[in-house]
Amino acid sequence: MLTRCKGFAKHKRQECCEMSTTPTKRVGVFVCHCGLNIAGTVNVNEVVERAKKQKGVVFAVDHKYLCSEPGQALVKDSIKQQHLDAVVIAACSPAMHETTFKNVVHSAGLNRYNCEIANIREQGSWVHDDHEKATAKSHIAVRQAIEKVKLNEALQPITVPVTRRVLVIGGGIAGIRAALDVANAGYEVYLVEKSGTIGGRMAQLSETFPTLDCSTCILGPLMVEAYRHPNIKLFRLSKVEEVKGYIGNFKVTVRQEPPYVDVAKCNACGECAKVCPAEVPNEFDMGLTWRKAIYTPFAQAVPPAYVLDSKNCLGLLPQACGECKKACDKFGTSCINLDAWPQVHEFEVGAIIAATGYELYDATKLTEYGYGTHPDIMTSLEFERMLSASGPTSGEIRCPSDGHTPKEIVFIQCAGQREPETGLPYCSKICCMYTARHAMMFHHKVPDGQAYVFYMDIRAGGKGYEEFVKRCQEEKGLLYLRGRVAKVFEENGKLTVKGVDTLSGKTVEINADIVVLAVGMIPSSGSHELASKLKASLDVYGFFAEAHPKLRPLESPTAGIYIAGAGHAPKDIPDTVAQASGAASKALDLLSSPTLEREPTVAKVTGELCSGCGICIPICPYTALGLSPTTKVAEVSAALCEGCGTCIASCPSGALSLRNLTDEQILAMVEAIVAS
Amino acid sequence: MATNFEPKIVGFLCRWCSYAGADLAGTNRMKYPSNISSIRVNCSGRIDPTLVMKALALGADGVLIAGCHPGDCHYTNGNIKTLRRFKLLQKMFDQFGIERERVRLEWISAAEGDRYAQVVRSMTEQVRSLGPLNWKNRVELTA
Amino acid sequence: MTKQKLAFNWASSCGGCEIAIFELGTKLVELTSKAEIVFWPAIMDYKYQDLEAMPDGNIDIAFMNGAIQNSENEHVAKMLRAKSKILVAFGACAHMGGIPALANTTTREEIFTNSYKETPTTVNPEKTLPQTKVQAKEGELSIPEFYSTVKTLDQVVDVDYYVPGCPPVGEQVSKVITQLVEGPLPPKGTVLGASERSLCYECKRIRDERKIGKIIRTYQTIPDPQKCLLEQGIICMGPATRGGCGSVCLDANMPCRGCYGPLPKAIDQGGKMLAALSSIFDAQNEEDIQKIADGVLDPIGTFYRFSMSRSLMRRTKK
Repeated sequence: MLTRCKGFAKHKRQECCEMSTTPTKRVGVFVCHCGLNIAGTVNVNEVVERAKKQKGVVFAVDHKYLCSEPGQALVKDSIKQQHLDAVVIAACSPAMHETTFKNVVHSAGLNRYNCEIANIREQGSWVHDDHEKATAKSHIAVRQAIEKVKLNEALQPITVPVTRRVLVIGGGIAGIRAALDVANAGYEVYLVEKSGTIGGRMAQLSETFPTLDCSTCILGPLMVEAYRHPNIKLFRLSKVEEVKGYIGNFKVTVRQEPPYVDVAKCNACGECAKVCPAEVPNEFDMGLTWRKAIYTPFAQAVPPAYVLDSKNCLGLLPQACGECKKACDKFGTSCINLDAWPQVHEFEVGAIIAATGYELYDATKLTEYGYGTHPDIMTSLEFERMLSASGPTSGEIRCPSDGHTPKEIVFIQCAGQREPETGLPYCSKICCMYTARHAMMFHHKVPDGQAYVFYMDIRAGGKGYEEFVKRCQEEKGLLYLRGRVAKVFEENGKLTVKGVDTLSGKTVEINADIVVLAVGMIPSSGSHELASKLKASLDVYGFFAEAHPKLRPLESPTAGIYIAGAGHAPKDIPDTVAQASGAASKALDLLSSPTLEREPTVAKVTGELCSGCGICIPICPYTALGLSPTTKVAEVSAALCEGCGTCIASCPSGALSLRNLTDEQILAMVEAIVAS
Repeated sequence: MATNFEPKIVGFLCRWCSYAGADLAGTNRMKYPSNISSIRVNCSGRIDPTLVMKALALGADGVLIAGCHPGDCHYTNGNIKTLRRFKLLQKMFDQFGIERERVRLEWISAAEGDRYAQVVRSMTEQVRSLGPLNWKNRVELTA
Repeated sequence: MTKQKLAFNWASSCGGCEIAIFELGTKLVELTSKAEIVFWPAIMDYKYQDLEAMPDGNIDIAFMNGAIQNSENEHVAKMLRAKSKILVAFGACAHMGGIPALANTTTREEIFTNSYKETPTTVNPEKTLPQTKVQAKEGELSIPEFYSTVKTLDQVVDVDYYVPGCPPVGEQVSKVITQLVEGPLPPKGTVLGASERSLCYECKRIRDERKIGKIIRTYQTIPDPQKCLLEQGIICMGPATRGGCGSVCLDANMPCRGCYGPLPKAIDQGGKMLAALSSIFDAQNEEDIQKIADGVLDPIGTFYRFSMSRSLMRRTKK
């Protein structure tokens, strides 16, 4: 038997040389009849006799049902009586009973990895009719397992401690739901949000489909609950700067900008904003209104205090204005401090939930629709703000250009979406539903108005969704046109929409007062940067990638990072909340024990052989490989490694090996197959 | 070719998809020739071209590498790395004169027991008709 | 102290290894205080009879370069082995087959047909091919048999040490000869004059993102001398090749071709390089992968340029 020697070329040839592995394990082979499942086709006695002749085998026996109590007892007793170091079980597929027999071996005092299974049933007796051939193949399977088990290392699971605290990044509905679930289970949550308040996109919504519930009414109480929860610590105006470590042991650095306003003292009187000279477009209203540099994000913001936007303030270093402070000191509660500085927080968490949400695709890129050329061409979120009672027009629908009530409104679905050439190739899932809602709400507010919806398809898969859309389609004053819009342009002072109705086969031209574009959802800005800090993979569109769409939809491939909400993929609120609770549950699973056991069959670097070429680094989907800045050679983070072995096959020097599935072991098994 | 030539085929099956698919073929009692013996690896990405070469050099007449369908890899995209290596290895094997039917990369999912059986049947017959590879003996040629 | 007796011999070689030793220049002169050269046909007028006349084990250290491509090479290798205490496979050809081993992609028949019949400047109207034996009026004349498969030195005789390189770089040659002459001797089978790590360890170029979008040939660009060549689409064998040569080719803005041979734990240099290179193809589907792979016009010539005889497959099927 040829074994890879451990001395580097200190012998005759640079190829494999003959060297015995010392000491040789005493191997016991147990061949199962499985009733007649195996014994009916395979000559079990012959397999036993042949096994006895293999080098290293000191004991071999057969049994009717090895997985039964007496069968397992036979294995356990034989280990003790025959002083076996390792065991081969020739029986059904390892998928069935590998764990069973590994436990038996463990109970007999041996390391679990001193047990190998030879599959002589699912890939033996059950698939080969010819008894001789099936038996011959069984000999091979047994021999393979013997050679492998002889070379197995006695590995112990890798135990890592778990910091029982969770970081949630993003304070939208997904982040809030996840944070609440973890906090209610009794663990500490640090909730990091980049803006001055939690609430996210859902706070900008007027109603939610399909029930037309008031969005803030649902969201508000959750925001308050999260803010007041003793287990949740909110870091607003904060961004994650650095993440080090691995699952169960992340070391996070967060940079928090100061609000310049003392939350405890501020009573939101607004005296500061009255005198502030700096005005900027209000992001909450999607730029439809203006706000001051010192402002409250929205009426139901949590905490309900003002915030100074230092980027748009006239200047703090040196102080250029200071009027807000003067006003507050005179008329308010003296809660403004312009001498504040950003704070850097460092803390440890065991799990991280990324719930970074979405923003809308830049509609100016859709030149055919003319967004940006006319104030009455709006995006869906802008229209949403207009619908909202807290919005720029207190809920009344008015043309942004001159304030008159629009009578003709055109909604364009799939604006710049499902279009690989000019826009986004994917579908944003929610636009058919919110457009229906928008059209319906327009109809309620402007009963004598006419709404047109240009659509390609209607995607209304959720509970009650189809019924809702059907209602909208049948409503008087709402006209659904199946077709695309070629162009939106201004002619003789009026906005004209030129499209087609494929069901009637006619082109359509509408003089619209307002045009609303259902633009696609894209990942929030900053999520790309965050993902690289987390070492979490993104998909081709920049959304957080899941480890497996069906087997592991709530986790990033990077261990310890969980994902929820629209930051993972476009989705509606019910799915977001469900996914957020799911991600929280995964994080709780991780936190349920103070330590974590990881499989030890991981990659290993032999430092003396590694030249730091770095080819293995991008191969790993779990970012478990890195180059040591001190030794300049590769190192494996055993806690992150999933043991797939793909890096081993990319290593040009053989410095990387996979524990208990080394090249030597594989070649020993190959030899067992081809040796006649 | 001698009609009683029994090719030796080494199969590298990935644990999550193709090995499970092979097991399913067994559970469903499908029949295929016994010329193939499988080695279970966690991911087809574990398979280094030099292992395939060594298998042939040691006496294998054919090598089957089976992994998950693209997009389904348990480890995200190990199978894509296998595909990259395989394409270049195939190009080199063309130069060596090793017929493409002898070294195959197949995507077989855990549900495709019948496909596994079919692949094994067809590959065994193709390799049988090509004859023994007998690579070891070629090396001794000096004349 | 008795002087060590050294011998230098060559088989199927270009002569570069002889020049590498010759270029030691004054160091060779210094060596004469500790060693004497008793056989060096490339430089001095030695004949095979001189070697045959020596008693077995007469030579302390013999350095043989060149691959084994014909029966004369094999005969002399065996003779040198018998006459020497230590035999060193010197240079890439003796170590791994070298450039001559690329003949393993063809056969003797094809080589003869090409050389004696088909090359444009050959005048051979009777299509005569060389024979190993011919009857002349003086008697039977013979020439060595030409082999179809080129071999390494250790594939015909027992070898004690290996010095890789095409040729081995001067500094290393000097060190190796000194080490063997002065002692202590390293364990048998050691690869001398080379690093245990790959060229990447000593390469000064900057490595950034390890991925390859397209493979180009050296004449198609002037490479950025600071950046890793692989990342510029040029196949550099550095990751799969032993270092110790001082990365002279890289400093000249040319890629490593692999002449220092495989790393200690690599069972096949070309296969390992193929694996590493293809692993970082920047392509996710079959079509894109094939496009990049098609950029490797001659896989064997690229990956086994020097190591064909040492590879797992050894030769193509003919």
